[in-house]
Amino acid sequence: MSTSFTLSCPLPVTRHKTIVLGHGSGGRLTAQLVRELFLPAFDNPALRKLDDQAVLNVAPGRIALTTDSYVVTPLFFPGGDIGRLAVNGTVNDLAMSGARPLYLTAAFIIEEGLTLEDLQRVTQSMSLSAAEAGVTIVTGDTKVVSRGCADKLFITTAGVGLVPDGISISASNGRAGDVVIVSGPVGDHGITIWSTREGIDFAGGLKSDTAPLHALMEAMIGAGDVHVLRDPTRGGLGTSLCEIAASSSVGIELDANAVPVREEVKAACEILGMDPLYVANEGRLVAMVAESSAERVLRAMRRVPQGRDACRIGRVVAEHAGMVLVKTEVGGSRILDVPFAEQLPRIC
Amino acid sequence: MCLAIPGKIVELEEKGCMRMGRIDYGGITRDACLEYIADPQIGEYVMVHVGFAISKVDAEEAARTYQYLAEMDQLEEIAVPEPSREIR
Amino acid sequence: MKYVDEYRDRKMANKVAAEIHRAVTRPWAIMEVCGGQTHSIVKYGIDYLLPKEVELVHGPGCPVCVTPLEMIDRAHAIARQPDVIFCSFGDMLRVPGSHGDLFQVKAAGADVRIVYTPLDCLRIAAANTSKKVVFFAIGFETTAPANAMAVWQARAQRIRNFSVLVSQVLVPPAIAGILEAPENRVQAFLGPGHVCAVMGYREYEPIAPRYRTPIVITGFEPIDLLEGTLMAVRQLEQGRTEVENQYGRAVTPDGNVDAQRMIRRVFEVCDRAWRGIGVIPKSGYRLNDEFRDFDAERMFELGSIHAPEPAICISGQVLRGLKKPHDCPAFGRECTPQNPLGATMVSAEGACAAYYNYGRHLVKVPSAAGIS
Repeated sequence: MSTSFTLSCPLPVTRHKTIVLGHGSGGRLTAQLVRELFLPAFDNPALRKLDDQAVLNVAPGRIALTTDSYVVTPLFFPGGDIGRLAVNGTVNDLAMSGARPLYLTAAFIIEEGLTLEDLQRVTQSMSLSAAEAGVTIVTGDTKVVSRGCADKLFITTAGVGLVPDGISISASNGRAGDVVIVSGPVGDHGITIWSTREGIDFAGGLKSDTAPLHALMEAMIGAGDVHVLRDPTRGGLGTSLCEIAASSSVGIELDANAVPVREEVKAACEILGMDPLYVANEGRLVAMVAESSAERVLRAMRRVPQGRDACRIGRVVAEHAGMVLVKTEVGGSRILDVPFAEQLPRIC
Repeated sequence: MCLAIPGKIVELEEKGCMRMGRIDYGGITRDACLEYIADPQIGEYVMVHVGFAISKVDAEEAARTYQYLAEMDQLEEIAVPEPSREIR
Repeated sequence: MKYVDEYRDRKMANKVAAEIHRAVTRPWAIMEVCGGQTHSIVKYGIDYLLPKEVELVHGPGCPVCVTPLEMIDRAHAIARQPDVIFCSFGDMLRVPGSHGDLFQVKAAGADVRIVYTPLDCLRIAAANTSKKVVFFAIGFETTAPANAMAVWQARAQRIRNFSVLVSQVLVPPAIAGILEAPENRVQAFLGPGHVCAVMGYREYEPIAPRYRTPIVITGFEPIDLLEGTLMAVRQLEQGRTEVENQYGRAVTPDGNVDAQRMIRRVFEVCDRAWRGIGVIPKSGYRLNDEFRDFDAERMFELGSIHAPEPAICISGQVLRGLKKPHDCPAFGRECTPQNPLGATMVSAEGACAAYYNYGRHLVKVPSAAGIS
């Protein structure tokens, strides 16, 4: 999805080119902002009512509910922006339970001084992302804080989806014998953010992998027996695997040579002394699939754009429950653990 | 304290009286100071540590020693033991 | 990546490891000096490829780890000053002093910045002339040319608001110190590849025969470490005690003379305290008289700082290869990377931290038989 787009409606005509505290007061300025910026971007029947809540028809069944906050800096980066991350991230959290994502909420905390143009870019991007994912943003909130009290823009979302009958996907469902699959190369998002902050260009044009994964998820479930799905965001693939091993009380054996990583991401990680296994992703999933279904599921994944590079990276075993063992690049052995905090660039 | 990465010199430039180079690490390029490299040439590889090239990579030496290793006979693959799961 | 990928090739690694299995006839303890080498060994599980007779012992090769607690406290005291921008490599940010780490100092309002190269500090100084920019210059000889150039350029560009807090250490005195100790069990060294890329390896030539210890200058990739180990094992089996160079693609016998010249222009040798070991004479660098104006220790009046170490910590013995991390009763319990008690746990390169981060507090690792 391209990040450059033409604004489909003109900038709101106000005296202000930037957000001021008044925009969060609940008075006329707020109403004007909602009417002239948020409504056109997210337009749908529920939102148009401008009630304090959205009342929705939901088919009977199990509801999946999720919430997330987005605080990324910079707001705009190759491959996306904070708005696109917010929509895709929420959609993906729902999709990882096998749920069909339906409705989103979006609460904005805006630092005074943010330009209206930037806010409009973000909301337009959310609108496009929501359409791509087949979800609607049905209710929201706006607060404005003084300069210095927020880093330009924070977005908090909640998402609701419906889990079809008979679907049971959870990090605790991993079983010995399962095949571990990843949907594509890891580390793109985290390295894109780092390089944008540092002002580094990649020759090949590296960009964030942010993408909605519900279509991929549905293709996988339709093709075989999927036990676990997780989208490895903060903490990367490594952290997700450790969490799943603990939740499911199984061991995981990972083949380091099988984990796909783009050359540029590898090079950036080398320079920083970081491990791609712990770098954030925003459009990838890791799955545990019954051995008998694995080939069918992989073929189905590769027919969907977000799963084009899906591959096996390891297997689930009964031994060393709770532990992830890595067969290293050179054939040695090491254990993958959850890192304490964010990786820091090393020089040692 | 020794994380140095090999990269290829793709551009030479002077910045603030220091000889600098644009180094390609295989998809990502960054500047490095080349003051400690005698007669740097575009296309040559250098080892870069904290933004400074500290030595050239001797391509011939690298090829020669790698070839020596490659030509060693290997009779059988060694069995790698797994970590023994004894929790302390 | 060229000159990286081929040195991580699985088949080649197996081949070199098989040669080591073939060459060895009895137990040997080989120390790798550099923290980067320790990290590589643990990350790639290289010791799992070796025969049980060969034990890799981890040395004091992490300048972050061996920076004394007083020096860290000094750094934090400087960083806390209101008109200071304190710059450091990422490694140092999580190393705790007596009262928290640089992250906490930053969270309390100090201006602390991560830099990737000392030259970044000059840019920061030029852009913030009303502030004092202080750079935490730690490292082995590998980093000395970069740190020296920053000071040299600061003088050349007349940058008046820049200073360095120097904690540079030298490898050869540390190796000699380890070998001098009566309880030493190290029988061969894998020498520090990038230190020698700068300094050459002439300094090691008297050490090998004096202590009857082979020294193989070794790189950092898995194939380098395996080949270096193979060369060391062959020397040990054959009773030779020479300096050999495994890392010929980056290291020449005389090293980088231009870099050495700059080091000599800016620094002079001095005694340095190594955390966990104590003072090793002539084992560090400090700014020489000509550049004393850039010395942060002189610029900031800090008074004396006394920082006692926890008694339970055995990092001194780990740094000298006498004990392994899991020999310590506190390892993985009271002492973790989140709550490090001593030198070898405070940075990712330290042996205890490397072992912990790669899960070795959870399992037994292969170890040599018969070495006490």
